[in-house]
Amino acid sequence: MATLAARERRLGWGLIAPALVWTAAFFLLPFAAMLALSFAHMEGRAIVSGLSLDNYARALGDPTMLKALVNSLEITAIVTLVSVLLAWPLAATIAWTIPPRLQRLALLLAVLPFWTSYVVRSYSWLLVLGKNGVLNKALIGAGLLGEPLQLASTRSATVIGFVHFFVMLLTLTIYANLVQLSPNYARAAADLGASRLRVLWHVILPLTLPGILTGAFLTFVLCIGDYITPQILGGNTELTLPQLIMLQLQRSGNFPLASALSVVLMAVVTLAYAAVARWIRLDRL
Amino acid sequence: MKPLAWAYLALAYVFIFLPVAVLVVFSFQDGRLPVPPLQGLSLRWYEKVLSDGDLMTALGHSALVAVISSALALTLGFLAAHALARVHLPGSAVMRGLLIAPMTVSYLIIALGLLALFSQTGVRLSLWTAGIGHVVINLPLCFAISFAAMGDHQQAAERAARDLGASEAQVLWHVSAPMLAPALAAAFFLSVTFSWDEFIIAFLLTRFDVTLPVEIWSMLKSGLSPATNAVGSLVFLVSVTLVVILELTTFRKGRA
Repeated sequence: MATLAARERRLGWGLIAPALVWTAAFFLLPFAAMLALSFAHMEGRAIVSGLSLDNYARALGDPTMLKALVNSLEITAIVTLVSVLLAWPLAATIAWTIPPRLQRLALLLAVLPFWTSYVVRSYSWLLVLGKNGVLNKALIGAGLLGEPLQLASTRSATVIGFVHFFVMLLTLTIYANLVQLSPNYARAAADLGASRLRVLWHVILPLTLPGILTGAFLTFVLCIGDYITPQILGGNTELTLPQLIMLQLQRSGNFPLASALSVVLMAVVTLAYAAVARWIRLDRL
Repeated sequence: MKPLAWAYLALAYVFIFLPVAVLVVFSFQDGRLPVPPLQGLSLRWYEKVLSDGDLMTALGHSALVAVISSALALTLGFLAAHALARVHLPGSAVMRGLLIAPMTVSYLIIALGLLALFSQTGVRLSLWTAGIGHVVINLPLCFAISFAAMGDHQQAAERAARDLGASEAQVLWHVSAPMLAPALAAAFFLSVTFSWDEFIIAFLLTRFDVTLPVEIWSMLKSGLSPATNAVGSLVFLVSVTLVVILELTTFRKGRA
């Protein structure tokens, strides 16, 4: 028996080893390399390795850098909140109003633009929000507006682009949560005399909270780390942290500072995870 | 309640489809700018795009990177999932956490880390280095999907095959993989679409040969153009076709 168990275990190690080695070599090791680089400094155009905390002092002390972190946090908070508030009713409407056999189709349609290229999707919003864009032309044509609104290259444009993407994502996760819900809870509450609004607020909403939080956390992680949407839609007016990281890397060639900023970004995400870890189930995605 | 619900639904669909509709409509613009007014319908931007050598090369690169990196991610993920689901290994919770971990890290940070590693070790950037990055982001997904799909009735079939003298490789190839085919196909297709669409890793880790999203990104620098609309519409068409195939084959079968 012992030999069989040992043989099986050896086999198990053999099967899992490639994935572990890959993750160690191309995920852990790169992160270590980036961490080491964040303690290095620049002399002219050359990177000199060392153990200096200067990059972190700059990342958290320099007002423009700190502003980028604050911008990222603000945008992410607004996007997460607005997306949840828009997606929940959408998921609920699909789950409760649409006949069951059409629900899958409705859901597929609701997330269809999800499958357009991410870069192209942000660009498409530029066509809608630009000075000569569809929205301005329509509003002026309807006589509601004299001058075109400056929508592109603003924080609002970044938020709209993000919300569009995350409403689709959250509708999926919240819908999955809603249809798993047994109707008996709502029925029991109604039998005991609760109004429809009270059932919604005190029974159904709390039951879908884990799904909402999981989706919201996913939104937070993807939103705060994204470079494409703020770069295309927000432009250079209000830099986000990923934009600042790319600027340091490409314009200034300051890889050490870019690394320190990335470590800060990762620390923020880790802190957020630690704060909500108790309530969310990543493995249930 | 009901009319309100339908109204909300209608508004939500308008919001969701607005940018895509504008994108597709103005890809047929018979003019130089993809904004109103629509000056007439023409296919000339599609002709321009389809005869653009750089773009078509990038498209080929994207397809190549997507298929190869997804196949590798799926193989690694499936084998690891099999090991963790079937064999009692010490520290399995830690290993599961490690394999899932890249999912919670921004693509930008994964790309910067790999860039730091490659530049320090003198590895030259190419489609291969971008492909390595894509395996890193898709391995957790393939692992998680395979792991979630492994149930008890497959284990019984695997035992039976083993008792009948099948080698472990034969069990994996002839029993486990076919029984998990819907889940494995789903993981593969999802990986392909993620890799196919991925920008920042491909942007930072390629040099001369680039992928389609990187090529599209450089098109954006010259401002709004119906040519970009045409490429975007074509990419959308490819992705939607993939999703519809997936929906009609894999998920249908998976539920039956």
